[in-house]
This record gives sequence, C-alpha cells and structure tokens, in this order.
Amino acid sequence: MTESVIETSSPGVAARLPRRALVCVRDPEAAELWGPVFGDQDVDALDADLTRQYPGRPHGECITVAGRVTDRQGIPVRRQLVEIWQANASGRYAHQADHGPGPLDPHFTGVGRCLTDDQGQYRFTTVKPGAYPWRKDFNAWRPAHIHFSLFGTAFTQRAVTQMYFPGDPLLAHDPFFQAVTDARARARLVATYDHELSVPGRTLGYRWDIVLDGPAATRRETNW
Amino acid sequence: MSMPPPTLVATPPQTIGPYFGHALPFAGGADIAPDGHPDTVTVHGHLYDGEGAPVPDGLLEIWQPAPDGTRTGAPGSRRRGPAAGHSGFTGFGRVATDARGRWAVRTLPPGGVGYLSLCLFARGLPNHLRTRLYVPPVQDDGTADPLLSSLPPDRRRTMIAVATGPHSCRFDIHLQGPEETVFLEFDHP
Ligand SMILES: [Fe+3]
Repeated sequence: MTESVIETSSPGVAARLPRRALVCVRDPEAAELWGPVFGDQDVDALDADLTRQYPGRPHGECITVAGRVTDRQGIPVRRQLVEIWQANASGRYAHQADHGPGPLDPHFTGVGRCLTDDQGQYRFTTVKPGAYPWRKDFNAWRPAHIHFSLFGTAFTQRAVTQMYFPGDPLLAHDPFFQAVTDARARARLVATYDHELSVPGRTLGYRWDIVLDGPAATRRETNW
Repeated sequence: MSMPPPTLVATPPQTIGPYFGHALPFAGGADIAPDGHPDTVTVHGHLYDGEGAPVPDGLLEIWQPAPDGTRTGAPGSRRRGPAAGHSGFTGFGRVATDARGRWAVRTLPPGGVGYLSLCLFARGLPNHLRTRLYVPPVQDDGTADPLLSSLPPDRRRTMIAVATGPHSCRFDIHLQGPEETVFLEFDHP
C-alpha cells in the first residue's frame, strides 16, 4: 500500500524501492544497538531559533515548536541531536533545487538544530512554513510541514520524518501523509496547538512529541 | 535482562525528500578518521537505482565502533578537530551522494566487528534503508559473522566491500535489481 501510493505519485522513484524482503537482525551483539552521541560542541544556542539567524526578521507567523523525544517505553532520549529543515512562509526552500513559485526570504534559511535536554525535551522558534506545489502539471500540494531528523539511544532508532499542522485541509490530499495507513500512527505526525507554549506577543505554540521505534542495547546504569 | 514490551505507538517515518542538502550534510562529515591518522581507510562507492542510474540525491550515514571496540561513540561529529577542543573518534559520519551518485568517507577500521553500519536516505524512500558494509578481507563462507553466514553467497556478496588498494575499498549500493543490496531491519534480540 505504502509503496503503490508513492510509486504512482512520484515519477522516476519506482526504481528506488527494493523488491526483496528486509533481512531481520536479532543479534544482541549488533553494533547498531549502540549509536552516535552528540554534545554541546555540535550545536550553537542560536541554531534553535530560525528567526534570528539574520539581522532582519523573516516573513510569516512566528511559532514555537516543542515536544519530547522518547522511545516506545516512554523513556526520554536525553542530550541527543534533533535537526529540522523547512520551507519559508511562502512555501519555498532555500535550496538550489527548489524552483517553486514562492519567493525566497533573505532572512530565512529554514535550517535548525538543538539537543534534547535531560527530560528529552526539544524546542525551536521558527515561522510557519507555507504549503507548496510539488508536481507542476498536477494539482499536487504538500501540506505545511517541517522535516525532522532524530537520533535515539541506538542507531536502530535513527529516524527522519515530517511534522504537520492540525486542521490542514491538504492532509486529506497528501500521498506522503496518507501513505501511513494506520490511523494511530498517522495521528502521531500531526502537532497540536498548545496555548501554554505560545510566547505572549511573539509566537504561537505547537507541541509535537516524537516516539522512536527500534531496539537498543540493555540500558546501562551510567546512562539512566 | 529483558526489557518491558514497547507500549507507545511509534512516530512513523516520512521520506527525506529532495531539499535536505543545505540542512543535514556538515563540513568534515566524510572524515570520521582523525586528521592524518596512519590507519585511515578510504571507503567509496556508488549508489544506483534499479535501472542502474546513479542516485544523485542520497544521504548516507555511517556508524561504527572505535578501533578499540568502544561502542559508546563520542560527541563532536559536527565540529571535528582540535579547534573544537576535540580530536578523537566519534564513530559517526554523514555524506551526500554527488551528481554521479558517488560517495566516499575516510575512517578507521571498526573494532570487535567486521562491518560499518549504514543508513541510507533518499527521495522516494518512505523510510531509510539500513545495511552493513563488511570491510575486506572477509572469509569466503562468512562463518565468522552470524548475519553473513545466514545468507546465500550471492546475497552475502552485496554487503562485502571490494578492496581497491592497501587502504581503500569500494562498496556499491544497488537499491533494486539483480544485484540488490541486502537491507536490514532490527528487532529486539
Ligand atoms: Fe518538504
């Protein structure tokens, strides 16, 4: 199901999908049960505020996006790297391959990163990305979304995904969102408006918690 | 020690799309080995789709134990080198494929295992793909490694890099087709 949706909607991409079944590894000694770690030297404090990377302010609605990264048992992923990238308020990426119709914003690159804290919390300040057309000759629009890259406590938990905004009418038409056929899993991709997170006079708050899948090595006391 | 069963619904993966190039790759991402280390090995290859066409918009990540077998990693991958007060080995690298689908990293041999762990991201893949790159020389029958020995020879071969010099090897990844690389999933042991 997932594959057929993507294949019919993304030309040239069918040749990229493997045809053979994945081989399952259940080896307690696998190196993938550990993973890369990051620290304060890997990020700058300003990396988490995408609205302050230039002297001028970007166009658009300022938002706070925050939440918690955990594993499937609810244990926080501490001090780990979260990276985001997104289109500007006009739906245009500051990427040379994006030839979309929206204007570039000289005060917005749309790239951010931070470390989760000891409770697994992350927090970004940015602008709400615009929807964008992704196939010129068809009426195909991506709903507003922010791309997220996440590291867990093991390389098996490495994940890249997208966060969507609540109430977006384009979600019903988006083959990437709809490719997730399990309704509970699909709901995980949508943030909630959180009035408590809004910064008075500055941002609207969206909460998005992230649950990483995959096994990790037996937890060591030093980590927990 | 057994872990309690997972209870929460996981956040599903979504494709990396075409526009990560200004966000995820970082300077020095291909230089996992500390500068000038005498044991540095160059690992290089191509990424191909099922029609044999190069994939120019892929992202490859490498994770491995240190040469002494340490698996805990170290911070500093995004700011390598003495200028960051850090010149050690982090075990993590990240590199984008170029216009001809080529990639290369410089690293140190992994300790305790015969492989580097790879994650591969590209437009059109709903989830990333995981595989292993076994560093040559690898015993022909693969009996030294539980994963290799569980596979028939033609499949096993797709995860073994080919030596191209005393300190270099080549590993081509085929997303599909007769030479399709073995891709992995991981479950609780
Ligand atoms: Fe996008």
